[in-house]
Amino acid sequence: MATDAAKLTADAPTKPPPKEFRSRAFDDPSGWGRIGRYALLLVVSFLVLFPIYTTVIAALKPGDEVLKNPLLPGPFTLDVLRDAWTNGNLGRYILNSTIVAVIVTACQLVTALLAAYAFAFLRFPGRTLLFLLFLATLLVPMEATLVVNFDTIDSLGWLNTYQGLSVPFLATAFGVFLMRQAFLTLPPDLRDAARIDGVGHLGFLRHVAVPLVRPTLGALALFSFLGTWNQYLWPNLIITETDKNTVQSGLRLLSKSSIDQPNLVMAGTVIAAIPIVIVLILFQRQLVRGLTAGAVKG
Amino acid sequence: MLAPSAIILAVFVVYPLVRAVWLGQQRCSAFGDVCTSNGFGQYVDIFRSSEFQNALWVTVKFAFLTVPAGLILGVGLAVLADKYLRGMGVFRTVFSSTVATSVAVASLMWLFLLQPSVGALANVGWFSTLFPSVKDPGWLQDPGTALTAVAASSVWANLGFTFILVTAGLQSIPRELHEAAAVDGAGGVRRFWAITVPMLGPTLLFVLIVLTTRAFQAYGEVDLLTDGGPAPYDSTTTITYFVYGQNSPIRNDAGLQAGAAVLLFVILLALSALQLRGIGKRVHYGD
Repeated sequence: MATDAAKLTADAPTKPPPKEFRSRAFDDPSGWGRIGRYALLLVVSFLVLFPIYTTVIAALKPGDEVLKNPLLPGPFTLDVLRDAWTNGNLGRYILNSTIVAVIVTACQLVTALLAAYAFAFLRFPGRTLLFLLFLATLLVPMEATLVVNFDTIDSLGWLNTYQGLSVPFLATAFGVFLMRQAFLTLPPDLRDAARIDGVGHLGFLRHVAVPLVRPTLGALALFSFLGTWNQYLWPNLIITETDKNTVQSGLRLLSKSSIDQPNLVMAGTVIAAIPIVIVLILFQRQLVRGLTAGAVKG
Repeated sequence: MLAPSAIILAVFVVYPLVRAVWLGQQRCSAFGDVCTSNGFGQYVDIFRSSEFQNALWVTVKFAFLTVPAGLILGVGLAVLADKYLRGMGVFRTVFSSTVATSVAVASLMWLFLLQPSVGALANVGWFSTLFPSVKDPGWLQDPGTALTAVAASSVWANLGFTFILVTAGLQSIPRELHEAAAVDGAGGVRRFWAITVPMLGPTLLFVLIVLTTRAFQAYGEVDLLTDGGPAPYDSTTTITYFVYGQNSPIRNDAGLQAGAAVLLFVILLALSALQLRGIGKRVHYGD
């Protein structure tokens, strides 16, 4: 049953319009128009990439060379990257960030799926009101709550722990909202059919609903992961022991302690960026889907 | 099924907000151990304090430096890349690339670019001859340019996000609209204003709200690039940095911190509501 339903909805949404309808007059400017556009694209690309370029160049050359000629590559060395990795303790920080991001992502998916299922498929008094309350929490910026959350985490004895870094973010209204929207696109008959077949709520959720909303779930997963990985303020507030830093707060430490060694800091920056670059290359489609989820349809 | 989400949101969003509203009217002793209720007039006091006013003004300037520039550059890049030319995939990847940088990564890249002594631009001979201020005192150290320099880093870091969103918006505009208008004799500029911009309405509104919110939440770039300085004017102390920053005068006073944080929340709420009402009415959502 699950696979039939999956087939029904699998190729429905987000198909780009077929290419053959696109007129050549728009898409294929010829001669000078095309050369001009390529020239502009190249110039703009150069400007956008410039900070990344100088960073990578600096990370790959010895310290004294950075000051002599910051814009040209060479002489090439990997020593700085190695130093940044060991002195900056980056392996440990990447491990910490990964653990926290994986915990938060996994839990956010579960909490969002459960709550979204209740809001989409169950009838209970106060459902609308409760859903609006959930949505209202989206209006509260994290910056307004961290003062008190710091005290809460402190009184739980969770400063400098994975729990402290992850527990406040194990559920988000954004996730609940996103998954509820996805559930609402499923035909209501599916649940009725499942009930007649004697499938309970959790069974239906696991075997029917989740497989059908997998694309949205993927987008949410990527979003939670990136959001957690990139957190800056919270780890800076609750982490004081060096070994417990995340990549972001660890980079801060590296930067503040090695201000006079730009190539070391840049090497650390490159190392810190690599995991996310890999994740984004692997999950490009989820990224676009997740970013546009809030935008295109109000 | 609701319980897990409801508990987390109640304990880590609703309770802290309510408690912060309560704390915000408390005044604490220098050691933070004895706090007395000071009435809600304390919010007025915080708001009118010169430190908060400065932070608010810095944040407003920061928003005006980052939001319009971010929108224009994002739309510009997306329109530039919205053609089916050979190799366009590469350009799109380049324009999206900054989405992979966290605030720490992006800020440190710009710190290296802009530092006066060991930075990249300061050590390029012709550049520092052309712009001596990049070396002395340095764009991040000069109160006149520091905020603009931080804003540049922030605009750059948000560029990938805006580009991806606007590109997705552009691709959802039916080609037939442009073709019909072109047949009727509308040129590229006319089509941009008459078709592209209105059809992008919901996307642009969303980006506007997100970029404004991010400007008001700016913390990491300030922390890494300027530490809220340069002194003595605190030229880059945004509201969020004022609440949480290392050099903040209220760093150890939970009452004042909470009060300023609540004010930040109220300001953000009012801004989003204004943007939704003022511009949202004119946005066309299609079906």
